[in-house]
Amino acid sequence: MFVYADNAATTAMSRAAADAMLPAMGELYGNPSSLHQKGREANYALMGAREAVAKCLHAEPREIYFTGCGTEADNWAITEAARLGALAGKKHIISDAIEHHAVLHTLKKLEKQGFSVTYLPVHENGLVRLEELEAALRPDTCLVTVMFANNEIGTLQPIREIGALCRERGVLFHTDAVQAVGHVPVDVEADNIDMLSLSGHKFHAPKGVGALYCKKSIRLENFIEGGAQERGKRGGTEAIPAILAMAAALQESCAHMEENMAHISAMRDKLIAGLSRIPNARCNGDPDHRAPGIVSFCFEGIEGESLLLRLDLAGICASSGSACTSGSLDPSHVLLALGLPHEIAHGSLRLSLSEYNTMEEVDYILQQVPEVVRTLRQMSPVWLHMLEKMEDPYKE
Amino acid sequence: MAMEYSEKVMEHFAHPHNVGVIEDADGVGEVGNAKCGDIMRMYLKIGEGEVIEDVKFQTFGCASAIATSSIATDMIKGQPLNEALKLTNKAVVEALDGLPAVKIHCSVLAEQAVKAAVADYYKRKGLPYDHPCDACGEEGCCGHSHGQEEE
Repeated sequence: MFVYADNAATTAMSRAAADAMLPAMGELYGNPSSLHQKGREANYALMGAREAVAKCLHAEPREIYFTGCGTEADNWAITEAARLGALAGKKHIISDAIEHHAVLHTLKKLEKQGFSVTYLPVHENGLVRLEELEAALRPDTCLVTVMFANNEIGTLQPIREIGALCRERGVLFHTDAVQAVGHVPVDVEADNIDMLSLSGHKFHAPKGVGALYCKKSIRLENFIEGGAQERGKRGGTEAIPAILAMAAALQESCAHMEENMAHISAMRDKLIAGLSRIPNARCNGDPDHRAPGIVSFCFEGIEGESLLLRLDLAGICASSGSACTSGSLDPSHVLLALGLPHEIAHGSLRLSLSEYNTMEEVDYILQQVPEVVRTLRQMSPVWLHMLEKMEDPYKE
Repeated sequence: MAMEYSEKVMEHFAHPHNVGVIEDADGVGEVGNAKCGDIMRMYLKIGEGEVIEDVKFQTFGCASAIATSSIATDMIKGQPLNEALKLTNKAVVEALDGLPAVKIHCSVLAEQAVKAAVADYYKRKGLPYDHPCDACGEEGCCGHSHGQEEE
């Protein structure tokens, strides 16, 4: 059996996305900036895509800027908010410990430029606490950036409440919603969001396209000079095939959100219940505030890369936050921020589901993972040392 | 970027040789650090003429840590101790048809594990042991670079 359970890394393109993309790779070849019929044709298609994306987020079309990826949107939003803040003499930013590197590395760069950044702790369950955010706000705070759904442990942050607090204090609020858009309801109006980043390939669109939502009252400066595209703020001829595909994929995801969420979270809950039966295993992240498709576990006594590759040999595509899979010496900053010791964080496994997965696949995962964990434990000196201090849970 | 393992590495990872424990081992060595994600433990049974009669290993670590342990045990099994001590991390890497640069330290760990087990044997026999790992002594260390320069 083959099971793709790495949808937080990327998703398979949907039929709807491919169908939307094909004409743009054929007849619809015009440049939307051209005045002639071919150009107008492409421009209409682009306008339609922008409207569709805006509608899914409850935004206005002119608040949507297409980008090359979610990382670009994060870079743009944060550096712009910082620039605007500095103009007003405000150079303090608040974020948290488990952001994606697209956010964290941008903040590190701003720190070198003289901004100060407060990284809120997330505690054992991976959640930011409102009272801690409130306490961290300063008169010179110009931006709060907190991700909507975490890519490793799936935690859903209290976005609406964070946004409300920021509104009250007159501070810009950006959210990296790359793992949320297309998966859970996102309403920039109701959720009090000023800026939001999204990425197409996380919801069955192709790679190479994302978007930034930026509230119209914010005076966004140009990110790429040299063209009138994206209201002059991001020059460069639009990637029409990818943009049309992303709009179609998002429309489809939003139209079926309720049923998808029900199906995916039922599979997630079965996975969590099944994997929890493995001895010395722990589920990472908050049990209640959790994205429908993301399951994160740590298995004591084994290392994540070998777990991942053994599962790959069994036909299961997953991922891990172990140091070995990241190519660095440290395991994932997200797992460490939960307070997990290094040796436990090394044994992490992330399974991320989409609506294309089935219960049969979940059953297959639940049959394979315990076996692989047990095999690896049998050859692990760490497990051997653990057995000196506890009864062998595998003893018949 | 995804790392590429050779077929040989994947073969030893999927079906490692000499996994297990020798209850009445004559020498046991353990190197590495769980914090860094790699620990190797090696068991030796020494026969007549100081020949390694049997060897087993246990490893906590990534695919290449398991593969290097497996092939290192193959390489020293049946060898006299003085030959086994000549095992280098470079030979381990070559036998596996290469390792990704960031995984070279696994081969260093395999060399150290063999040496630590032999050192333990000498210690138990009350014999002097003068073959510590050049760069880092007998103890396994994590994150040192002496293997990484070799590839």
